[in-house]
Amino acid sequence: MRRLTGRILLPLALLVAWVLLNDTLSFGQVLLGALFAMLISLAIRRLRPLAAQPRRLHLLFGLIWHVLMDVIRSNIAVAGVILGATKRQPNVGFIRIPLDMRDPHGLAMLAVILTATPGTVWTDLSPDTNELTLHVLDLKDEAGWVRLIKDRYERPLMEIFE
Amino acid sequence: MNGAELSPWIALPAAALLVLGGLLGLLGALGLLRLSDFYARIHAPTLANTLGAGCVLIASILVSSAIAERPVVHEVLITLCVILSSPVTAMLLMRAAVYRDR
Repeated sequence: MRRLTGRILLPLALLVAWVLLNDTLSFGQVLLGALFAMLISLAIRRLRPLAAQPRRLHLLFGLIWHVLMDVIRSNIAVAGVILGATKRQPNVGFIRIPLDMRDPHGLAMLAVILTATPGTVWTDLSPDTNELTLHVLDLKDEAGWVRLIKDRYERPLMEIFE
Repeated sequence: MNGAELSPWIALPAAALLVLGGLLGLLGALGLLRLSDFYARIHAPTLANTLGAGCVLIASILVSSAIAERPVVHEVLITLCVILSSPVTAMLLMRAAVYRDR
């Protein structure tokens, strides 16, 4: 089951992208899209043999919802920092967070989530200690950031990818 | 049906979303001006390509779906590509800055 979801997700995503690009659900386009999706997926497997093995995909919905809410919240926070910058420059800083996740696909997702959220940029992941260096725009509560990232993002990603 | 005949139930929210998206883009640019150094400035443009892009996306879906009189959602792909590619640039810039200052 796990191998099957891993294999079917990429062709499915490519097919959805094809249908969206063509903006039609006609039989011919879906068939052509399915053909391309299969051929590209076969070619990709040669290029990147390490396949993601996601499972418990229902957890993804909760994660996406959390990320959406956090993106809106941090947009407001960063907007506030910019508007207040003439009076007070933000307290920028790096924080180090020890990660438990090792799966490269999960880590890639975490990197995209953290960097796409305003106010935080993924800076470095040490390969030997698995410690993440994160840059934060307005650093106030360091332990709070660590807790947020570990509980809200890392745990669901580990359940999905590991 | 063209844009001039758009019902206010579509036109008003779409206009509000476009204004909000534009304001977020402006705020991002203002951040580049007001914040003091590279490490603070790198965070400002994210406003435009997250919530700003999202607002423009929803406005576009609303208006084009209303004009075509069927759901039109292929703009989602643009936003998806922006979301997937902009963190890569941000990380590269950040690492280059850290390397320079080391």
